[in-house]
Amino acid sequence: MATDPNEPIAAALERIYRSESRRVLSTLIRLLGDFDLAEEALHEAFRAALEQWPRDGVPSNPRAWLVSAGRFKAIDAVRRNARFSALDDLEANGHEIAAEDDSANDEEIEDDRLRLIFTCCHPALAADAQVALTLREVCGLTTEEIAHAFLTPVPTLAQRIVRAKGKIRDSRIPYAVPQPQELAERLDSVLRVIYLVFNEGYSASAGDAITRHDLSAEAIRLARLLAELLPEAEVHGLLALMLLHESRRAARTTAEGELVLLEDQDRSLWDRAQIAEGCTLVEQALASRRFGPYSLQAAIAAVTAEAPCFAQTDWREIVGLYDVLLRVEPSPVVALNRAVAVAMRDGPSAGLALVDALLAGGELHDYRFAHAARADMCRRLGRNEEAREAYRQALALTRQGPEQRFLARRLAALGD
Amino acid sequence: MKYLCLVYLDEARLDELPDADCVAYDREIRESGHCVASEALQSVHTATTVRIRNGKLGITDGPFAETKEQLAGFYMIEARDLNEAIRVASGIPPARVGSIEIRPVRPIRETVAAAEAAHTQQD
Repeated sequence: MATDPNEPIAAALERIYRSESRRVLSTLIRLLGDFDLAEEALHEAFRAALEQWPRDGVPSNPRAWLVSAGRFKAIDAVRRNARFSALDDLEANGHEIAAEDDSANDEEIEDDRLRLIFTCCHPALAADAQVALTLREVCGLTTEEIAHAFLTPVPTLAQRIVRAKGKIRDSRIPYAVPQPQELAERLDSVLRVIYLVFNEGYSASAGDAITRHDLSAEAIRLARLLAELLPEAEVHGLLALMLLHESRRAARTTAEGELVLLEDQDRSLWDRAQIAEGCTLVEQALASRRFGPYSLQAAIAAVTAEAPCFAQTDWREIVGLYDVLLRVEPSPVVALNRAVAVAMRDGPSAGLALVDALLAGGELHDYRFAHAARADMCRRLGRNEEAREAYRQALALTRQGPEQRFLARRLAALGD
Repeated sequence: MKYLCLVYLDEARLDELPDADCVAYDREIRESGHCVASEALQSVHTATTVRIRNGKLGITDGPFAETKEQLAGFYMIEARDLNEAIRVASGIPPARVGSIEIRPVRPIRETVAAAEAAHTQQD
């Protein structure tokens, strides 16, 4: 027989690693009360599986087996390192899991995943540390992968994660789902992290690749997990918003990596399945009456996605949604987007008046899209000299290759 | 676990906070059992900074660091975890005009005592 008897086990192990390792880790963190100890234990548990499963077969409940193996390995490690003070805690927790093993409490394990998300996104941690820790612990990305995705040196990112874990331990950030009265505020922090990861993948703030697909896919996966664990309106809203953006990925750049504006996109390239899912989620979120800014932005994206062509977009509806969004979340960036929609509904001079008022306010002075919007409106009004000046200002504020080339093309078309 | 909540605010805005409000919260937090100790401080103009350099005592007028917000008081609290500490701190009235820095207490006596005990065991 030429078949390798270990092959099916290895395949099973890899499948179980992919589907279970984050669950097992999140439970081990609760049982061991320490991120590093839990990561080591997870590693040891899979190493033990690799040794024992080929001999004894795959256990009927691999998740419980791995949690249990990880816990024993951790206790061993602590004994070896003679970390006596931690040992008492561990043994107290050890009794707890022995009882849990019998009941195979899946609900508790799902809660652990939610605890892990809320702990990694705790607002007491620095914003960039929340992102790094979430990608590392919840999504299972390596430090190198995260550093690469965020164009950060590996030691800097590793240091960020070490500091965050130190703060969790020393200031005792609890491994807990927030209480109902804190939930809305804490959920904001989680949603912000997920959307940040998505945007870094969708519209990289620097560098030559306009999209970094993996991060966007990771953010969508994370939002799906969160929606499953905590089906709140704004979680659905954020998931919808990301799906609706993602649906246009294939159409928003040319094969050469150049930017294609919404009005010029080939709508047959849009992902209809993602649009349909996004629209259903938006309706669900809006119907709940507990929606917030993400659901409203998703509703705006849904109106765009459902238009048969750019010219037939319902700009009246979009301006109306921006009015609501501006009340919920008053910000100059939202006001700018509303001004662009007004320019589509009422013509460029109406939009330009709003943009100029916003720029006069000063807050958007260094925001490249404000100058790009002004440039576009001036261009459409035939005010070419002002358009050129605004394009130049936008160009000076842009660090992203495809955007720079797009603005340069527009400038060249105006005879600059 | 013990946390020290340091109350910072711009002393120019002190009159926006009636003393009675602060004392009312102080009474509430003491009755809740969270409070280990708490005091309000005299104005930063009364601060004196002391340091020893090269064995010599140096005394200067004013706080160690000049900042826009000054240390105006403190609460030493007992809380289960940071979330509970945040809940307690967010109720401190000066949080509305200034800010509260929450710092977990480092168990320095316990650490030193444990090191000494381990040392004795070895001997």
